[in-house]
Amino acid sequence: MKNGFRQSMAWLHTWTGLLVGWLLLLIFMAGTASYYREEISRWMRPELPSARVSTDVAAQRAIAFLQDKAGNAEMWYVTLPQPRNPAMSTFWRVPADQADPSKGRRGAFGDATLDPNTGGELKARDTRGGDFFYRLHFDLHYIPVYWARYLVGFCAMFMLVAILTGVITHKKIFKDFFTFRRDKGLRSWLDFHNVSAVMALPYHAMITYTGIVTLMVMYLPWGVKAVYPQDEDAFFAEAFGGLPEVSAPAEGRATPLPIAQLLDSARAQWNGIDVAGFTVSNPGAGNAVIDIRQRDGKRLSTDTPALRYDMVSGALLEASPPSGGATATRGVMYGLHLARFADGGLRALFFLSGLTGCLMVASGVVLWAVKERPKHAKRGRVGFGLRLVDALNIGTVAGLPIAFAAYFWGNRLLPLDMAERSGAEANVFFYAWAAALLAAFLWPKRLMWAWQLYIGAATFALVPVVNAFTTHAHLGVTMRSGDWVLAGFDLSMLAFGAVLALCGWRMQRWTPPLSAAEKKKRAAAAKAPAAPATTSADASV
Amino acid sequence: MRHSSERASFRPSTFFASERWGVLSRSLAAIVGGYALASMTSVFCAVALPTARGQAVLTGMLLAIVVAACSALWAFATRSALRAWVGILGPTALLAAASRLLGAWA
Repeated sequence: MKNGFRQSMAWLHTWTGLLVGWLLLLIFMAGTASYYREEISRWMRPELPSARVSTDVAAQRAIAFLQDKAGNAEMWYVTLPQPRNPAMSTFWRVPADQADPSKGRRGAFGDATLDPNTGGELKARDTRGGDFFYRLHFDLHYIPVYWARYLVGFCAMFMLVAILTGVITHKKIFKDFFTFRRDKGLRSWLDFHNVSAVMALPYHAMITYTGIVTLMVMYLPWGVKAVYPQDEDAFFAEAFGGLPEVSAPAEGRATPLPIAQLLDSARAQWNGIDVAGFTVSNPGAGNAVIDIRQRDGKRLSTDTPALRYDMVSGALLEASPPSGGATATRGVMYGLHLARFADGGLRALFFLSGLTGCLMVASGVVLWAVKERPKHAKRGRVGFGLRLVDALNIGTVAGLPIAFAAYFWGNRLLPLDMAERSGAEANVFFYAWAAALLAAFLWPKRLMWAWQLYIGAATFALVPVVNAFTTHAHLGVTMRSGDWVLAGFDLSMLAFGAVLALCGWRMQRWTPPLSAAEKKKRAAAAKAPAAPATTSADASV
Repeated sequence: MRHSSERASFRPSTFFASERWGVLSRSLAAIVGGYALASMTSVFCAVALPTARGQAVLTGMLLAIVVAACSALWAFATRSALRAWVGILGPTALLAAASRLLGAWA
């Protein structure tokens, strides 16, 4: 389109990146936070006891709870406590004739989050914890999920194009890896954008492609419609393996075997790998069956092997079939995106790569403004486009961190008995972001950058302080007891605060570098001291 | 090229040669055309690949994502917007016809 292929691709890179950059930054930041979804959830429910019971005891308590609460159900679904999540989640389905018709399709379902230590419903503050970021990452908020996922997919596609064109645009991709020229204005921003992009390039490409893969059945349903015109359920059964659904109605009553015995035989089949959870069909009936799911963690793929047992006789009825090539590929792609297999160090590396992605997107949108500014300076006024981009840049790059920290403040400061409390926490996130955006639109200047970065620094750094005033799970306690999940959360809040403060300070103190012509002029002026030194440095933004 | 839209003329040839309309046309080719080509790729793989049909459908989807991204690159790399459209809709039509012959939408 332009003079050459590389120029066309550079143009495409600029515009695909800029148009979706701000929404992409929200998606990237929420996704990066989601790597620590369970840890965030734990911090946000400080009431949760950290004591652990064994999987078998937890399973027994879940069954006892469900027998009491949902004895008439035709299906129970249980997720047992995991190393990173001490709570246990359950849901169940009651027969259609006993469903609550006022709730539509949802009327047949009930759910509860259990405390494995007591076997009762979890008594903790009403919060969505880290799940808020996880959902925000692809469902956004306030808008219908369906539209949100299309919007996110659209942005992800732009991102994929921006990555491909970014690579093509680069002549010296290897050299750029090691190049950072500081304090050189546009050149420094370009180097920073390159370094953040190239350093984690395999990660960026992987995370974008696999992100689209997670929702591809929704985005590209045409193959399914062409091959399975009448029966899309058959596609899901064939393509995603797993055990077939139990359709037989309940018959008679019988006492099931102890759950520990069933779980043990599943573990024996898997050479000792533990259980993630189970599904009971027709509980309490003579033909009750239980599907036991293997714990993921050591496996890249999210496709979980499962075993089906007769719950009364204990006979192994069926095992999930081995998955086909494409199914396995999709499972691994999905697994790579969610990174559930990653422990400690690897998880931290994923998190840091995600942060690099945030920096890449942020420096990209800033770079556009830095590049555009001289043109406007020449004309003597800032045009509408640049003003809009400046405002969005400040309100998103500097404003979003404020929203993230404010969400944690909301968790600690909102009244515990408040109605719709978890929704109110989410509102705090968006009120904070809206305020930052509004301020940025009113006055999109460089000092606004510094102020918002400072506010972000303060809100992050004060999270451990607010925590200390409102809970008994503060740094003084958690560090002494060696609870590094909770202590690590508070310490990383302090670290984020420090980094943001440093950015604010740089932004406040920064002066535009001199152009070559300016330097010459100054050198000449220094030789002839009579001539007054002139500076034409642009002080705005 | 950049100046052609500023020196506005009412002759249709310059109208369509202007950068602004070229960009709009290429963007539509990339987004709408790219999605059509990706969709047809997934359908073609679903009916043409010699594996179990569920696996063929999934393979088609995995491949279609890459096709959509490459179509966007193509749409902005060609010399004219017309070429961009031909290069995307041509294969789309071919794949659709081939898929129909192989029994899609039967």
